[in-house]
Amino acid sequence: MAKLALRVNGGNREIEADDPDVPLLYVLRDDLGLTGTKFGCGLAQCGACTVLVAGRAVRSCTTPARSVAGQDVVTIEGLGTLDRLDPVQAAFIAEQAAQCGYCTAGMVMTARALLSRTPRPSEAQVREALAGNLCRCGSHARVIRAVMRAAAQGGR
Amino acid sequence: MLSRRAFLASSGMLVVGLRLGARAGAQSIPGADRFVGKSLAPDAVDSYLAIHADESVTIFVGKVDIGTGGRIAMRQIVGEELDIPPERIAMIEGDTALTPNQGATAGSYGIARGGTQLRQAAATARQALIAQAAQRLNKPVAELDVADGVVRSRDASVSVSYGDLIGDRTFNLKVDPKALLKAPDHFRFIGKSLRRPDIPTKVTGLHRYLHDLILPGMLHARVVRPPALGATLASVEEASISGIPGARLVRIQNFLAVAAEREWDAVRASRTLRATWVTGAGLPDAATQFDAMRASRVVRDQDIVKKGDLSALSAPPPGLTRTLTAEYRWPIQTHGSIGPSCGVADVQADRATIWSSSQNTHGFQATAARFLGLERHRVRVIYMDGAGSYGPNGADDACAEAALISKALGKPVRVQWSRQEEHGLDPKGPAQLLELRAILDAEGGVTAWETQAWLPIATANLPNIPLLALDAAGLQQTPGRSTGLIYQNVDPPYTMPNVHAVVHWIADAPLRTSAIRAPGKIANTFAVESFTDEIAALVRVDPVEFRVRRLTNPRAIEVLQRAAARMGWQARPSPRPVEPNAAVLTGRGIAFVHYKHDETLVAMGMEVAVERATGRIRVTRVVCAHDCGLMINPDNVQAQLEGNIIQTLSRALHEEILYDSDRVTTVDWSSYPILKFPEVPTLEFELIQRLDQPPLGAGEAASTPVAAALGNAVFDATGVRLRAVPFRAERVKAALGG
Ligand code: FES
Ligand code: FES
Repeated sequence: MAKLALRVNGGNREIEADDPDVPLLYVLRDDLGLTGTKFGCGLAQCGACTVLVAGRAVRSCTTPARSVAGQDVVTIEGLGTLDRLDPVQAAFIAEQAAQCGYCTAGMVMTARALLSRTPRPSEAQVREALAGNLCRCGSHARVIRAVMRAAAQGGR
Repeated sequence: MLSRRAFLASSGMLVVGLRLGARAGAQSIPGADRFVGKSLAPDAVDSYLAIHADESVTIFVGKVDIGTGGRIAMRQIVGEELDIPPERIAMIEGDTALTPNQGATAGSYGIARGGTQLRQAAATARQALIAQAAQRLNKPVAELDVADGVVRSRDASVSVSYGDLIGDRTFNLKVDPKALLKAPDHFRFIGKSLRRPDIPTKVTGLHRYLHDLILPGMLHARVVRPPALGATLASVEEASISGIPGARLVRIQNFLAVAAEREWDAVRASRTLRATWVTGAGLPDAATQFDAMRASRVVRDQDIVKKGDLSALSAPPPGLTRTLTAEYRWPIQTHGSIGPSCGVADVQADRATIWSSSQNTHGFQATAARFLGLERHRVRVIYMDGAGSYGPNGADDACAEAALISKALGKPVRVQWSRQEEHGLDPKGPAQLLELRAILDAEGGVTAWETQAWLPIATANLPNIPLLALDAAGLQQTPGRSTGLIYQNVDPPYTMPNVHAVVHWIADAPLRTSAIRAPGKIANTFAVESFTDEIAALVRVDPVEFRVRRLTNPRAIEVLQRAAARMGWQARPSPRPVEPNAAVLTGRGIAFVHYKHDETLVAMGMEVAVERATGRIRVTRVVCAHDCGLMINPDNVQAQLEGNIIQTLSRALHEEILYDSDRVTTVDWSSYPILKFPEVPTLEFELIQRLDQPPLGAGEAASTPVAAALGNAVFDATGVRLRAVPFRAERVKAALGG
C-alpha cells in the first residue's frame, strides 16, 4: 500500500492507495469527500470531472492521482464558497446557467482555467474552450453568457 | 478500515475518516423525517403543506425537479395562494413516506397537473386560515387581508399570523376544488422569473446528488455484465478478485455483481473478475431494422384519426394532379444523461429504503416491494437529484440492482453505472417509421392526407419497465415494453377534410424501450411537419402562409406569425434558388406543433448554412414562439425551451444507437456524439404569457418541431429533402450528390 501526498485546495493531504493507478477522481470523491467533482464517463470525453492542476483544466477521471503529487489541485469546492464566490461561479448564478447541474462544476472549472489564461476571450474562444464539456440538459447558451459575463467583469 | 483513511499530512492527525462524505442521513432534506406519519391522501390539504409555528411552510410535492426549475415554481404557486414569500417555503420532493403520489414526473405535467393540485391545496388552506382568523379576531372575513402570512383587519386594528393560527397543527381538511384562486391582477410571485434556489449550491459543488450519497457501512457495487444481451452465466472464478481489498461477489442466477468498501476497488473488481458466459439468442441486423419494422407482425392497427371521404386515398380520382408519398425514419436513441445512473439501497429483513433519481418514486416503491417481497409501506423510496433525466433512464435499474445486492450482503449498497452501461443498457427511445401520403387537387389543395406509423406496441398496464436485474436474477416481473404515448401528433394539425392516420402496432423492438422526452412526438412531428413543407413546396406556396391558411385557432396563428416576424421571414416558396457555385448554402425553415393537439403551441424557425463539400450543417439561428398558457416562471420556461431545442438538435444532427448481434456498439461519447458548444446556435424566444389561462407545460413541446424546422431549412437552402435522422455530414453529402 503506497502513500500518496497531494496538495488539494491549498491543504496537504496524504492518501493510502492500494492501486498505484487509482484515478484522481476517486481519490477526490471517495477519500477526500470532495464530491463536487463528478463522474460522467471515465473516458476523458465529457468534462464532468474537470479540476485544475497547476491552473490547467484536467480530466480527473483519467489522471492517475500519483501523477499530480506535489502539484496544486483545485476542485470546485476550493474555487469559491457560497459567501466568497469565484467570479465565474457568480456569473453562473447571475445567468442561472444550470439545469440539473451535473455538468456544471466541470464547466466552471474549465471556464476558470480559460479566464486565468485568457482574461478577455472572444465568444468563439469560450465555445472552443468548452468543446470538451458536454451537457445534456441544454444549458449551453447560458453557460456561454455566464463566461462572457465573468470575463467582462474582470474575470480573475 | 485503514485503507480508507486520509490524513492531514501537516499535523499527522486523523481528520477525515472512513465516512467523510456522510453528510446525509436517511433523508433527502435534513429534518424531513419529523414528518413521517403525515397524511399522504391525494385529497387532503395536509398531504401538500404544513405551516409551522415559526411562520415557515413546508410543501410536499410528488413531482420532482429534475433540473427543470419546479423547486422555485412550486414555491411561487404556494407563496402566491398563501400570500407568503417563497423563500419562507421548504420543499420536500418525491419521498414516498412524505409526499402524496401525484404520479410520475412526465408528460410535461409537473406544473400543469402537479402544480395545479398544490395550488388548490394552498388556496383551501388560505380560505381556512382566514375563516379561523375571522373567529379569533372577531371580524367578518370580508374585512380581512393577508400579507406575508399575517391576517389583518382592513383598519389594521387587529392581526394574527398563520403560525399563531395553525402552527404545526394539521388542517384536517379536504382540498376544496372550489376554493377561490387568486386573480391574475393580484399576482405577486406567479409570472415572475424568481431565481432557482438550487443553482448556488450547484455551481459551488455543495449540492448533494444521489451520486454523492454515502451511508454508514455502505459498500460500492458494480454489476458485471454479460458480453452479449441475454447471455447466461456458466461459471465465475471468485479467486480472480481475491487480490482486491474487501472485494466480494454476489451471484443470483445470471445476476453477477461485485462490491467493495472503496469505489475504485469495486471498479477494479468488476474489470478483473473472470466469468464464463453462454451467448444468448442475439440481436437482429441493425442495418435492416427499418425494413424489418415494415415486415414485422402487426399486433393491431389503430386509427388515430379517420375522417371525411377517404376514397381518394384508395383510388385517386382522375383529373387530380399529384400524389405525394414520403417515408421518414427516426433511429433508436439513448437518454444520454451526463451522469450514468446510480442507485443506493438499504434493505433489511423487514423494510427497505431506496434513494433514487427516478422520475417515478411512487411507481418504483410498488415495484421494489414486489421484488423484495415486502409490503408496500415497508419500502420507502426517497428522491434525490441525479444527473438530468428525460424520461425513465437506467435509474430504476440501478436502484433494483442496489437493492438486490444490499439484500444479499446485509449492508447499504451504492450501484454506479459506467458510461458504457448507460449508453449500452438504458432503455431506449424506439426507432420510428412513418409513411405519409397526400392527394393534391389541381389548385394545390390537399384532397386527402394519410399517415401510417409503425411503432412498437407498449404493454398495457405494465407496472414498470422490465428491469435488467430481475430478469438476470430470475425474479418474477411482468414482461413487456414501455414507450410512453408515442402515437400522438401523427396526424396534421391543419384543417383538412379527409384524413386517415393509422398506427400499425408491431410486436417487438430490438432493444428495451422507454419514453424519452416528448415520447414519439418528436419523430411524428418531424414527419408531419416535413411532409407539410414538402406539399407547400410542391404547390409553390410560402411555408408559413401554407400553414396559417389551414389554422383556425388564433393562438396557433399567433405563434406562427410571431416566429415569422421575429425571423424577418420573407414570404416565398421553398427552396430558394440554389447558387450553383456557392460553397455554403443558406436557408430558413419553419415548423409548428400543437402539442398533443390540445396543449402547448410552438412555432419554430431555423436558419442553417450547409457546406456543400462536406455535407456539414451549421445551425445559425433558432427562433421559438411559445404559448404554454400561464407561465409561473418565464425564465424557467425559457430554460426548458433552450434545453428542448439544443437536445433535439443534437438528436437530429448526430445521434443514432447502433448494435451488432450481441449488444449496443455505440457505448460512449465518441461513437455516440452529442452537440458540443461550438455548434450551439443563437436562440431567440417569443414567450407568450397568458396569466388568465391554465398552465400547459413547457418540458417537452418545443422539442417536437426542431427536427422538421431543421430539415425544412436544409431543403430551403439546398433543394434536398432529408427524411432520415440523424442528418450526419456523410449522409447529407451523399444526399447533395457530393
Ligand atoms: S468523467 Fe472525466 S471526462 Fe467524463
Ligand atoms: S445541466 Fe444537466 S447535464 Fe448540463
